[in-house]
Amino acid sequence: MKRLNPYLTGGITPDWIDYLLAFQAAGADAVEIGLPFSDPMLDGATIQQASDQALRLGASVASILTDLAAARSRICIPLIAMTYANLVFRGDPFTTGPATATGPEADPEAGSGPEAGRSLGAGSGPEAFCRRLAEAGITGLIVPDVPVDEADRLEAAATAAGIDLVLLAAPVTPPDRLAEIGRRSRGFIYAVSVMDTTGERDALATTAAPLAARLKAVTDLPVLLGFGISTPAQAATAARAGDGVVIGAALMRRVLDGATPDDLRAEVAAFRAALDQVDQEVPAATAHAEISGHRR
Amino acid sequence: MSVPTSTGRFGEFGGRYVPESLVPACAALEAAFRDAWSDTAFRERLAHLRTTYAGRPTALTAAERLSAELGVTLLLKREDLAHTGSHKINNVLGQALLAQRMGKTRLIAETGAGQHGVATATAAALFGMRATVYMGERDIARQRLNVFRMELLGAEVIPVTSGSRTLKDATNEAMRAWVAAVDEAHFCLGSVGGPHPYPWLVRELQRVIGEEARAQTPVIPDVVVACVGGGSNAAGTFAGFVDTPARLIGVEAAGGAAMTNGTPGVVHGYRSLVLQDAAGQVLEAESIAAGLDYPGVGPEHAHLGTTGRAEYRTVTDDEVLDAVRRLARSEGIICALESAHAVAWVLRAAGTPDLPTGSTVLLTLSGRGDKDMATLAGEVR
Ligand SMILES: Cc1ncc(COP(=O)(O)O)c(C=O)c1O
Repeated sequence: MKRLNPYLTGGITPDWIDYLLAFQAAGADAVEIGLPFSDPMLDGATIQQASDQALRLGASVASILTDLAAARSRICIPLIAMTYANLVFRGDPFTTGPATATGPEADPEAGSGPEAGRSLGAGSGPEAFCRRLAEAGITGLIVPDVPVDEADRLEAAATAAGIDLVLLAAPVTPPDRLAEIGRRSRGFIYAVSVMDTTGERDALATTAAPLAARLKAVTDLPVLLGFGISTPAQAATAARAGDGVVIGAALMRRVLDGATPDDLRAEVAAFRAALDQVDQEVPAATAHAEISGHRR
Repeated sequence: MSVPTSTGRFGEFGGRYVPESLVPACAALEAAFRDAWSDTAFRERLAHLRTTYAGRPTALTAAERLSAELGVTLLLKREDLAHTGSHKINNVLGQALLAQRMGKTRLIAETGAGQHGVATATAAALFGMRATVYMGERDIARQRLNVFRMELLGAEVIPVTSGSRTLKDATNEAMRAWVAAVDEAHFCLGSVGGPHPYPWLVRELQRVIGEEARAQTPVIPDVVVACVGGGSNAAGTFAGFVDTPARLIGVEAAGGAAMTNGTPGVVHGYRSLVLQDAAGQVLEAESIAAGLDYPGVGPEHAHLGTTGRAEYRTVTDDEVLDAVRRLARSEGIICALESAHAVAWVLRAAGTPDLPTGSTVLLTLSGRGDKDMATLAGEVR
């Protein structure tokens, strides 16, 4: 089964959970929840806008996790958080700079939610972050600005909390790093299919399939391709090279344009249908993967 | 100051928090810089450019009238006299030479006040490279002269409309553009922030300020002071005096004081002190000086501050405007708003226990004020 992981910016609208449920109803295998950050280094204009809109509406890690916890009984697919290092390492007590004690932001995060009353000092850093994700029912984590060289502590924290830390690989990643990423990633490997930020593209990048092939040669984990996959046809092509796709900007643009959860259900269903079609093809490569048990 | 660890750390700060797509480029840059920096031919070429093109060494000027008024001996390291009008040229000539050595044909840069953008556009013209400079819309509006200079030099200036529309967002945008052009383009970063090796590389290229000043001063000054945006002119100045008993003082804008009000965080590829809210969202800095309107600070400063080797102070926009006027009228030097932060601290501290009467102060005047005329015309009477 080719996997479909649509991406949804947490808090992008007040009724954002309805989009999540629509993705689930349309046959998503998992949903990636973006925890919005003010400075998303690897995102193009659409996801930046989605993050800005969510932040303007008051979304925070705390409020998103609270929303998810409230919807828990209706969610039956895995959830994977995607966010940036600053939110993961937030309040990290590793150091006490001169400002830590006197800074203007030493107050606990405002509002209710899981972290009300929690100060920046105790119970912060990646350990607490991963624990809170787990408590909200999230099982995976993607942090694009924490490459494998910087991942030791986060990796340990994720493991301790029972969270799969999904590592990313890029077209320029050299073979030795690719093998290390393959060895240390959990759940699946995120193949960044193009040398660019997130955003819609006219065609699947020519770098997508070669990267997927290189990854499949060094790991048994599923390889999901993401970045720039914008149409069901592109998704099908990508899925032939790997084990599935992540669809982000193409869906978030529709939400920003005012499309309803029902509209998005149809959108995601079209991607689902394209991937199911690929499953029907049963080419030699897929049959081989099936026999050698490369997928769960 | 120290060489960072192999992972680019100064104490607990620094590192390389970049997308996997940029890791090989950062590693290649680090290797190329190590190689170039130990190559005498490269260093000679840079030294030659510095003397024949950039106008180095820059003068050390005793500010005699102001010294007499304040009761301290104030020595000004005149980076405003360098080609293109600020210390930014020191860094950019080095990076452009390095980019050329790496076979790159294009420079991508971010700029706040426009001085780094102008320096980048200048070096690109000199070396026959393309330059693309990202600049926040707000900064474009307040530093029009520099936008015009960049365009005249043949650079493409791309307005950035996201976020605070200042240096923070221009930096994000430049890094995004680098991901998409990493084969042919070198990211010519303007200060001592960013992923390893930039904080170290830029400090080494700015070290010339401190080393020249050290050779030019008859005595080791009691206090060495420089303004801090990202912190490159301060880092370059401090590098010349870190092994002396001189006190090192960095002066931040009150509205952009990452050293003073920041908490540990990760932005733009490095871990340092960052202005952020309790939820970890980066705050918009607010200063009359576009070059100091930045919520982060170089990781080595965070380390120097944490260990106590350097001290950091803040001054307000009003003090800065007053400092521009006093320096202009007493010494005939119109300095940049950024540089005036350092002057403002001296004006305030002279004669207090922070800067006792009789002290010798070395102050890096990081740039000249031409770019700020529109702002000053509205504010200084
Ligand atoms: C004249 C001048 N001084 C200082 C700065 C601040 O940069 P840094 O702290 O890296 O020296 C700038 C930045 O634009 C500048 O133009």
